[in-house]
Amino acid sequence: MIETVVSVDLMVEEVLKVKKNHLAPDFPDGNERRICIVSGLYGDELQGQYICYEVIRRIKMDYAKLTGIVDVYPSVNLMGLDSKIREIPGSGMDMNMLFPGSKSGALGEYTASCLFDDIQGADVCVDLHASNLYIQEVPQVRINDDKVEDLLPIAKCLNTDMIWIHPSTSVLNGSLAYSLNHVGVRTVVIESGVAYRINQKYCNQIVDGIFALMKEMGIWMGDSVEPKKNVVTNDSDMTYINAESSGIFIPNVNMYNQVKEGDEIGTIVNVITGSVEEVVLASATGMICSLRDYPVIEEGSLLARIVGGVTNE
Amino acid sequence: MNKEIIFTMNTAFRGEYKIHGYSYGKGEKAACIVGAMRGNEYQQLYICSLLAQKLAEIENQGDIVSGKEILLIPTLNYSSMNAKKTKWISDDSDINRSFPGNPKGPATSRIAATLLDRVKDYLYGIQFASFYLQGESVPHIRMMETGKESTSLANLFGMPYVLTGMNRAFDQVTLNYNWQELGTQAFSVYSATTETIDDYSARMAVSSVLRFLTRMGIIKYDCHGGFISTVIKEKELVSIKADEAGFFRQLVGINQEVKRGQVLAEIINPMDGSVKAEILAPTDGITFFVQNSPMVFQNVVIYKLIRRMHQ
Repeated sequence: MIETVVSVDLMVEEVLKVKKNHLAPDFPDGNERRICIVSGLYGDELQGQYICYEVIRRIKMDYAKLTGIVDVYPSVNLMGLDSKIREIPGSGMDMNMLFPGSKSGALGEYTASCLFDDIQGADVCVDLHASNLYIQEVPQVRINDDKVEDLLPIAKCLNTDMIWIHPSTSVLNGSLAYSLNHVGVRTVVIESGVAYRINQKYCNQIVDGIFALMKEMGIWMGDSVEPKKNVVTNDSDMTYINAESSGIFIPNVNMYNQVKEGDEIGTIVNVITGSVEEVVLASATGMICSLRDYPVIEEGSLLARIVGGVTNE
Repeated sequence: MNKEIIFTMNTAFRGEYKIHGYSYGKGEKAACIVGAMRGNEYQQLYICSLLAQKLAEIENQGDIVSGKEILLIPTLNYSSMNAKKTKWISDDSDINRSFPGNPKGPATSRIAATLLDRVKDYLYGIQFASFYLQGESVPHIRMMETGKESTSLANLFGMPYVLTGMNRAFDQVTLNYNWQELGTQAFSVYSATTETIDDYSARMAVSSVLRFLTRMGIIKYDCHGGFISTVIKEKELVSIKADEAGFFRQLVGINQEVKRGQVLAEIINPMDGSVKAEILAPTDGITFFVQNSPMVFQNVVIYKLIRRMHQ
């Protein structure tokens, strides 16, 4: 059932309506567990669009196997999605810094508040993200180190290649995940791919994980995959490689490549002089889990991340 | 006046990017003033340009107190101003959401880290900030309620209001918050506008800074005593929202005393010109903020009122 969660009159003619697809068993007994799947907080992240579509499609294919409630919110920042803008068009505010929101706030805060209220009471929430325009990411779950006990069992179901545990001090308290965890809704963030693109391989991998999680929760009685044995890592296992020159980055490695310390990651070239400004070397041994996608870079731009001690299977 | 490079980096296409600082007087790090951090903060850069002129005059007259140094950094982000962008030109990150920064991180994080390292030892830190809502606000000093704030010091600016606010989610990554955490008494000076120049309130901001520097014994400058500031808490401001979307016809501007039930604005239907809604004052008070877009969404904050206060 399609329901409107937020309705706001826009300035001329249109009405902004943030909708959810509420999928529930045909004969509920009132004791169903509930999972919320949220996507589109950023207008440039499209991975979640495909994932939401595929989750709904697969449920509808075998609806009798649904034994719990699945609320899917595919497009929260729909003005941003329509206009290909990451933040909220107009105000430029970061939608994922506005939670829990405010009914007396501007468009973004009001939307955040309505969404937050609608999700409250759920057992689990999965917040789907892609990376930004600049860096591609392997499918991964991100959780805070102060919520590991609650969230790691959920994250392990999600069939990603990696679970990255962040220090909670580095996580802003205006994010959807932080705010929901704060009120007892166990919430994880999934990152994968890159902005403005849909990587179907990554998406399908995550959809398989969502069904595995739903099965674990007793929401889905249909088939599901055995989740991947993913790497659990924290900040100390992660090496950042930032540019020390500006120009065009030409990578010499691919995602998932295993590199050794000292291996060449790529070069930064100067297009006007035709010269190599910098040969970028791996400063650690491990797997490439993030790689620069947008070639124009400046000093300090993130080029890659290496997660240590990982061997490809 | 001594000109220095605060930060430098090479860019892919535009050559070297340098952030300049201008210091007046020599000696103890007394006060540091930071201007525009975003590409749309024209008013904040304009205020710095006026202040630079005044500080140069004061220095030439020998009226910087001996042994005191003032550092002025007019803009951290002029490339975005040139490119008509609000945030950082190459990746849309926000310098004032990048503190305390990382010297090995992305450009805005490096700028934040380098800036903070350069300015952390000043006794007083002043930032010309822009209001988080788009519109005009009564000039004021804002301080975060970190437990380290001093409203009595903020009163010395002589602005009409001192506003104190709880930390919002994003405040912890701002310059002001991190300045305070490192022991500097930090103040944000809000002028009336951001994207347009308001000369009156710009000069008011300049006067308030010179007044403060005088009262703290950093410069010698004869100026009007300003206001005895009224201290208000941000949470005590009454937000008034637009019930409807459409053209915004403002009837009452900022800093006006209004009565309960008074019509503040009208929302006009853009198709037939009819009045869709009258925006009424929910209480007696003074208008502190009014939005200034020609059109508004439903539910956006269009006014903020200081409740039950008279001029």
